[in-house]
Amino acid sequence: MRSIHVPLPPFQRILDEHGAAVHRYCLAQAGPDHGPDCFQEAVLAALTAYPKLRDGSNLRSWLFTIAHHKVVDHHRRQARRPQPMPELAAISAAPTSTGPVSGLDLGGGELWAAVGQLPEKQRGAIALRYLADLPYAEIAEVLGCSEAAARQSVRAGLTRLRSEVSR
Amino acid sequence: MTPTRDPLVDALRSVSAGDLAADLDAAIGRAERDGLVDVGYEVTDSPVGPLFVAVTDAGVVRVGFSREPVDAVVEELALRVSPRVLRSPRRTDEVRRQLDEYFAGRRDHFDLGVDWRLTRGFRRTVLERLYEEVPYGRTVSYLELAVRVGNPRASRAVGTAMATNPIPIVVPCHRVLRTGGHLGGYGGGLPAKRLLLALESGEAPLL
Repeated sequence: MRSIHVPLPPFQRILDEHGAAVHRYCLAQAGPDHGPDCFQEAVLAALTAYPKLRDGSNLRSWLFTIAHHKVVDHHRRQARRPQPMPELAAISAAPTSTGPVSGLDLGGGELWAAVGQLPEKQRGAIALRYLADLPYAEIAEVLGCSEAAARQSVRAGLTRLRSEVSR
Repeated sequence: MTPTRDPLVDALRSVSAGDLAADLDAAIGRAERDGLVDVGYEVTDSPVGPLFVAVTDAGVVRVGFSREPVDAVVEELALRVSPRVLRSPRRTDEVRRQLDEYFAGRRDHFDLGVDWRLTRGFRRTVLERLYEEVPYGRTVSYLELAVRVGNPRASRAVGTAMATNPIPIVVPCHRVLRTGGHLGGYGGGLPAKRLLLALESGEAPLL
């Protein structure tokens, strides 16, 4: 009666294959202060859920979905606080700012700070597309939307970023 | 990644940030404390070549010689023990320390829990008997071991049990020889078997 399924590979292999991309995703999305926490939380949540997973065929989008939720939770916590989001602070503050993003050794630190200002769906879509290099079908899975909507989010996000950086 | 002529996209992709190794290590450390790692493994150097060791809460569950590809062994553990398999220096530290002492001639038995779950039935019975009854520096024949488990006609099956021993060295199948003292076989190769026997007999020109 059991359906055919892909057996779960060793968790180590998932980390070897996707750990670096998930890590970059978390850091770019939550900044250098909170990114590592999001990443660790995602790894722990994934390990907790892993043995109960039914099928090992979509592990990358499974792992990114977990990481994405951790990032979204983080942003919601930040938004509830009285201070502006650190990403916003860093980009709008004077050069003396010690906001998290300014201390981040990112190639495109400021650019990613601008990404941080995008609406949630666009922000996620841009990061999944260009940092994690996910195909649109998987971005759609992670964001819980259609593939067309995922494409649209990336496009809209890029358009908005272009107007930001050219200013 | 697909090359692109869009500078914005290139800039987005150029991010390289943070310390993945440190964050991964912290995550796995927390996972271990929370009991989320069912099998920890590591590869350790030894005089018989790189040894794969894997540990569960019950004890050492797998030792492998370099002729077995690590990927294949790890996959086997994921299927047969738990998919929560992670490389873990911490978890395997005690086993590796005791193996080092053994190879240095400073240890004649292992104080380790043994997780027997990768063997069962007659094979397990034979391996457990071997583990309990054939000490350092002694040898036994396949036939004699068959007699000890009450099945004198099963020496061929005893041979199979040795050949499929999931925990060589710790469960000392190298101490099992053919009647008459001929070496018989060994999963780690005959040179490894010779070396282990020489080490235990005190003849080894130590390492």
